[in-house]
Amino acid sequence: MRMQPASGTLLIVMTFLLAGLLQVIALPDAISAGRPLWIGMMLVFWVLALPHRIGVLAGLLAGLYADLLLGRVLGVYAISFALLAYLTLNSYKRLRVYGALQQSFAVFLLLGVAAFSAHILNSSLGENTVSPMLTLLPVLFSALFWRPLFGMLRILQIRFMVR
Amino acid sequence: MVGLCVGRPTCPWRLTIKGLHSRTPKPSYRLLLAAVLSFVLMFVDHRTSYLEKPRYVASYLVAPVHYVAHLPTAMMQWGKEQSKSRSQLISENASMERQLLVLQQRVQKLAVLEAENARLRQLLNSAAELNTKVLTAQIIGIDPDPSRQEVVVNKGANDKVRVGQAVLDAKGLLGQVVEAGASFSRVLLVTDSSHALSVQINRNGVRAILAGTGQVDKLRLMYVPTTADVEVGDLLVSTGLDQRYPQGYPVGKIVSLHVEPGDAFMTVEAAPTAEIDKVSHVLLVASEEGEE
Repeated sequence: MRMQPASGTLLIVMTFLLAGLLQVIALPDAISAGRPLWIGMMLVFWVLALPHRIGVLAGLLAGLYADLLLGRVLGVYAISFALLAYLTLNSYKRLRVYGALQQSFAVFLLLGVAAFSAHILNSSLGENTVSPMLTLLPVLFSALFWRPLFGMLRILQIRFMVR
Repeated sequence: MVGLCVGRPTCPWRLTIKGLHSRTPKPSYRLLLAAVLSFVLMFVDHRTSYLEKPRYVASYLVAPVHYVAHLPTAMMQWGKEQSKSRSQLISENASMERQLLVLQQRVQKLAVLEAENARLRQLLNSAAELNTKVLTAQIIGIDPDPSRQEVVVNKGANDKVRVGQAVLDAKGLLGQVVEAGASFSRVLLVTDSSHALSVQINRNGVRAILAGTGQVDKLRLMYVPTTADVEVGDLLVSTGLDQRYPQGYPVGKIVSLHVEPGDAFMTVEAAPTAEIDKVSHVLLVASEEGEE
């Protein structure tokens, strides 16, 4: 049996656009600091689901999109998300068989690496002053939101037959 | 080994075989490529202005996201406007009319003062201040990163917004445009920790540099000698010496002074006069320099 042709690119792009929307939508100040890294989570999901299609290049593009959207120096999130995609790509087989809790923790580690690399790059470019511990807050919330998001995207993926 | 993979699209062996024989590079090479590309981009974007044009084009892609993200807030505002009662509207209208009258009276005086000022400046042989053009805009987004004080407004290069333009609200200076997309622009607020401008104390003309702290309600006056004549409550106005901001707009009010014995400078904290965390409409001022 031959591999089925790729489909559902539009849906993938739409989910990234939606993630971008969630990334910039106005939130009360109190919870704004813990806003999950939606674009990063979206990337991890699609790498897990379609490792043969979504990889480092997609991570790079998603990162460039994040850079533009958040008004960063171009390349900061690009390299961080490319790294995120690479790490996920290297461990997707294990991640897929992990239980809910274990998977959330793995996502915490993966996004943590990406967030820290973005933080280091941002500080070396003189762009931010927030403490490294505060960068972990969004990562923590990403891990908490991971399973619900995973479930929803899984349903979408199956419903629209994204391959 | 390919036989193992029949009917299993996610079979790891299939990927290995495919990876060996296909011409597409391995993920690690791609990562290397991505890293090189990103670092080149970062360097070019940070150190040069070559990427301004591509950024401008890309702003067409990003603008809809900002506009859609603003929709809930806009709808809430609209709902609030629509549900106001008749009596509320009448009383609001009345108070606005009163305010207008007071302001008109002040404007009358202003015209006279402006003319007088121009005459005096002529006597002193210095250039007269020209009238400034003003553009109103609405804030449609706030930078989600708590470490950055930045907002997005709904006017861009299509409305002749330029990088470096000063942004005000009704009460004072708010910040400056740092990126002008096609239909939106980013405004760096005076409270951002990377922002500083030249100000002087309105009372006596003492000049200093006012820097942001990253907190919404706090600014810091830098390098003020302990002997300088500074008092709590002093109004700080822009000097225009930084070649960015127009002269004479209020920026902040001094709220606290602290002198550490032995230090050459005192710690002076100020609060911005602009209502940075409350405004929804802002004014973009075209500075006289650089205009034709």
